[in-house]
Amino acid sequence: MRVPVSWLRQYVDLPADLSTADLAARLTAFDLKLEEIVSSGISGPLVVGRVLSLVKEEQKNGKMINWCRVDVGPHNDPSVPDAPGEDVPSRGIICGAHNFVEGDLVVVSLPGTVLPALGFEISARKTYGHVSDGMICSSAELGLAGDASGIIVLEAGQGQPGDSAIELLGLGEEVLDLEVNPDRAYALSLRGVARDAAIAFGVPFHDPAELDAETVATEGPGAYPVVVEDPTASPVFAALTVTGIDPSRPTPAWLAQRIELAGMRSISLAVDVTNYVMLELGFPIHGYDRALLKGPLVVRRATAGEKLTTLDGVTRTLTEADALVTDDRGPVGLGGVMGGEEVEMTPTTTDVVVEAAVWTAPMIARTARTQRLSSEAAKRNERGVDPTLPARAVRRVADLLVEHGGGTLEPGLTLLGTPPVPADIALHADLPARITGVEIDTVTAVEALEANGCEVSVDHDWLSVTPPPWRSDLTDPYDVVEEVLRVVGYDRVPSLVPVAPAGRGLTFAQKLRRRAGYVLAGEGLIEVKTFPFAGPADWDRLGLDADDDRRRQVLLENPLSAEEPGLTTTLLSGLLRSLVLNVGRGHADVHLTETGRVFLPQTGSVEAPIYGVDRRPTTEELSALDAALPRQPHHIGVVMSGERIRSGWYGAGRRAEWGDAIAVVRHLAAALHVEVDVQQAQLQPWHPGRCAALVLDGVTIGHAGELHPKVLKAYGLPPRVVAAEVDLDALIAAAPEVGPRPEFSSFPVAKEDLAFVVDASVAAGDLERALVTASPLIESARLFDVYTGDQVPEGKKSLAFALRLRAPDRTLTEDDIRTAREAAVSAASEATNATLRT
Amino acid sequence: MSAPNSSYDPVEVTALRSDEIERMRDEALAAIAAADTLEALKQVRIDHVGDRSPIALANREIGALQPQARKEAGQRVGQARGAINQALAAKIAAVEAAEEERALVTEAVDVTLPWDLTPVGARHPVTTLSEHIADVFVAMGWEIAEGPEVEAEWLNFDALNLGPDHPARTMQDTFWVTPEKAAMVLRTHTSPVQARTMLTRTPPIYIACPGRVFRTDELDATHSPVFHQVEGLAIDEGLSMAHLKGTLDHFAQAIYGDGMTTRFRPSYFPFTEPSAEMDLLCYVCHNEPDEVGSCRTCKGEGWVEWGGCGVVNPRVLIACGIDPERYSGFAFGIGIDRTITSRYDIADLRDLFDGDIRFTEPFGVEL
Ligand SMILES: [Zn+2]
Repeated sequence: MRVPVSWLRQYVDLPADLSTADLAARLTAFDLKLEEIVSSGISGPLVVGRVLSLVKEEQKNGKMINWCRVDVGPHNDPSVPDAPGEDVPSRGIICGAHNFVEGDLVVVSLPGTVLPALGFEISARKTYGHVSDGMICSSAELGLAGDASGIIVLEAGQGQPGDSAIELLGLGEEVLDLEVNPDRAYALSLRGVARDAAIAFGVPFHDPAELDAETVATEGPGAYPVVVEDPTASPVFAALTVTGIDPSRPTPAWLAQRIELAGMRSISLAVDVTNYVMLELGFPIHGYDRALLKGPLVVRRATAGEKLTTLDGVTRTLTEADALVTDDRGPVGLGGVMGGEEVEMTPTTTDVVVEAAVWTAPMIARTARTQRLSSEAAKRNERGVDPTLPARAVRRVADLLVEHGGGTLEPGLTLLGTPPVPADIALHADLPARITGVEIDTVTAVEALEANGCEVSVDHDWLSVTPPPWRSDLTDPYDVVEEVLRVVGYDRVPSLVPVAPAGRGLTFAQKLRRRAGYVLAGEGLIEVKTFPFAGPADWDRLGLDADDDRRRQVLLENPLSAEEPGLTTTLLSGLLRSLVLNVGRGHADVHLTETGRVFLPQTGSVEAPIYGVDRRPTTEELSALDAALPRQPHHIGVVMSGERIRSGWYGAGRRAEWGDAIAVVRHLAAALHVEVDVQQAQLQPWHPGRCAALVLDGVTIGHAGELHPKVLKAYGLPPRVVAAEVDLDALIAAAPEVGPRPEFSSFPVAKEDLAFVVDASVAAGDLERALVTASPLIESARLFDVYTGDQVPEGKKSLAFALRLRAPDRTLTEDDIRTAREAAVSAASEATNATLRT
Repeated sequence: MSAPNSSYDPVEVTALRSDEIERMRDEALAAIAAADTLEALKQVRIDHVGDRSPIALANREIGALQPQARKEAGQRVGQARGAINQALAAKIAAVEAAEEERALVTEAVDVTLPWDLTPVGARHPVTTLSEHIADVFVAMGWEIAEGPEVEAEWLNFDALNLGPDHPARTMQDTFWVTPEKAAMVLRTHTSPVQARTMLTRTPPIYIACPGRVFRTDELDATHSPVFHQVEGLAIDEGLSMAHLKGTLDHFAQAIYGDGMTTRFRPSYFPFTEPSAEMDLLCYVCHNEPDEVGSCRTCKGEGWVEWGGCGVVNPRVLIACGIDPERYSGFAFGIGIDRTITSRYDIADLRDLFDGDIRFTEPFGVEL
């Protein structure tokens, strides 16, 4: 809400020496938060000038300039005779605009004037062969709205040469731009802000709504026929008629200036007056051109699909929830939101039906939302207006139209319905103190509420509060507490640390997620946070098949970009984008990780229930909410590009390889005391021959390996990038609360090396698993050599394992060792058809 | 040194004469002294105490002596041998030590050579600040609560006193899940976690909820559609705004150091009443009169905006099944990303989310 300070001062007796900054600070403490103080920033000698003469001079570049002699009254400078024509007191000024003639009154910025729109101080300067001793200003140069094609030409009689144009044009005005919270509808008006300022400074308030007006319906030609068919849409409706307005009459300058300072455009007298009164009283008003209306106005709900073209030119399709004003032809206005195009006031309108109606606030909110139409009227009506105002608001508009438009107020007032009476609020007298922690006695509370316009009655320890009609937001005892605290001062709240009961600390899952974070950092990975938005372009780059489940995503109604219509199903979409960014910025060795949720939609259509709020939903109802939500497990993603071990003066390093991606997951699992099996797999976006499935208790919880060359090409990434993605929630769910106890034997170890020949397709992991489970005496089996070549047959490979044998309770005998060795060989043969290499 | 016993046996063995033994000993000691290397000392050992050394040969002659003379000759030879061996051992030790010393010198390296074979990881400051904040509250006995990011509309709005036609709903530019009738949103705040906790637990409740939230803001230097906040909620008997202020003052001190404090300005949030904006004492100038004027961080205000807070609206308690006659509570929320950008003077919020490794690296694994 933009509040011109001089306008505000009309309704509240603020101290004359109160600075705008101090006023704003006090209002901010009163919940009217200052966004900024707007002012023109113009200073210096900006004055009215009369053009005495102008000489047109064509320049070499073909441009025509005016070499003017301008009378600026006391600012004329006889010492600078560089002016055309006769040597009378004046200033010589060059001007490139052509929309003025000799004798016109113009606005002159003399040397020393600061115009923020130009960014420099005006000075006398040599231009086009003359000294220009100032500048004739356009609206844009003064930061004003208006015709930018030429300079400002004032109306004759608007001022005398030498008068300050800063005052004349309202450029000295300061405007408070206040942020008005949704509960303070009343503050969307000068009336409301002035009332708060009066409370804040303890000074008298002059209510602009207190005017001499009829407040009961009367018969007469001015009482335009209105039928309110649905009072739930509009409980109060008032109308007055003004005829014979002279459409040639301009809006008075002061009025136009006020509404423009308040952020609205000046259009025509009739429109400007309705806007002026809306700003003044906070009550939206609509004016109809009576000549265009056909028959009585009717207030009803729209029928589904009914159409109306509003005066912003948009044809709108309505629902049964929207309110309409109609005449005999059909809809002529979207009730409380915006008028219709067909009956709009025009520059030739002479007879106006002025409407001020109370509209049901939630209905307006819904209409404004579904129609995506946030008009000044809707903004006020959806928050709730003072329902006692309609008769006075229409009268205020009518009076201004009569005064400034030369119109005639027709006798007769249409007034339907009665304003709803606010319900009393009962609260215990100690509630303000109890809730705020500030010592507030009953007298203080009552005084604060009465200052806000409430009526308060005290009965023993109870207060009964009747809110004023402009405070429809006051409904609950806690609302009343806030009003009291606002007056008492939020700065009076003391500081007390509450003592919570002994807590249980972080949950197990929270601790493990932290542990995982440290492990990943220990692996040399840099954590990033990417946005979880993705779409088909990502799936295409990742090479996902058309029927890949990961293409099924949670979609958004209003995504920021059509490229990313929903939430991602894999962290790799974001990680690879970050990798592209890093590579593009010249980083060769990049190791990234992200921990975050992915979003896996339910099958079929699901709807989350909406419950009432007057009670807690049942446990079953709460489960239904959760059941509707998509699965959102935490994943860990890893991508690595470039060298994993850096090359240096000591020699060559090593590129990140498929195994590095698997190793990260193995280390992570080990840190959580979880055993993850690594199995050969094929899954996009990984290389079909270099992809491992990570399997936990038979369930695949992730993949790791080298990315498919086509994927890397699609992303424009260098070859051989490796990646892993694993379900962190699954790892955590499998993690034991307590890690395993150490178990080892102190008897001597026996070492046996065994080399096997197997088919080239046999997974080393399968053979290793067979070996370690072959005998309880086999402590470990470590693969130390993989060989293919002349020494083994075509299509075969040799895998050599170092076995460590040990018993928990004795030194092994030759027999023990032989038995274990034989068990290993036969287990290997059984599992992978391996034969001992001889 | 005794003279040979000639009264018994006229046989005299030259090699066992004492002057002869002394000569052998002295020659050996001279050779040991002259030898500088382990190699030379090895030869000295062979030459002077080896099987074929003069002293070994002399020793064999002892048998030829008369029994009475043997003891004395044996002693003589033994002493000489002992002296030689001792000198030899000492010399070997000395040479070995010198050689070791020399080797250490020649093995010296330039330790300033880079040894950066393996990359060093780092954790994102949003993660580590969230954890740091969690630790502050856990230390106060609070617990850390979490919830889903795709959330039911009822929990994100209705349960928090943001009814379907509440004007504040449009203030929170919400991502809606398709189709709209699915009644699901990307949570616009972590407040649904508070609702979930109140719905499933009985007071006293003291929880902090850090997490990722979403609004339909286009990404620019100061706005992001995805951001992070931490909210706190306390529900107990007898809680007031004073406890809210105490908690926030403590929180501010834990994050920004001793002497920090907060101040309240009235505001509006549907789920709290009374509501307040919370300002933090400027952590750069501390609103000191001689510094605040020129302070860039607070632009001369002495305070910086930190978050919103208030007393939990009884309507929220009712929707969550908590008796507002018995319990009251407070809630607050601050932006984690903004805390980071302001604390580390980061001009562009996008730096937090585009994933450039140079952003995260300096933060290490803890703030
Ligand atoms: Zn400061």
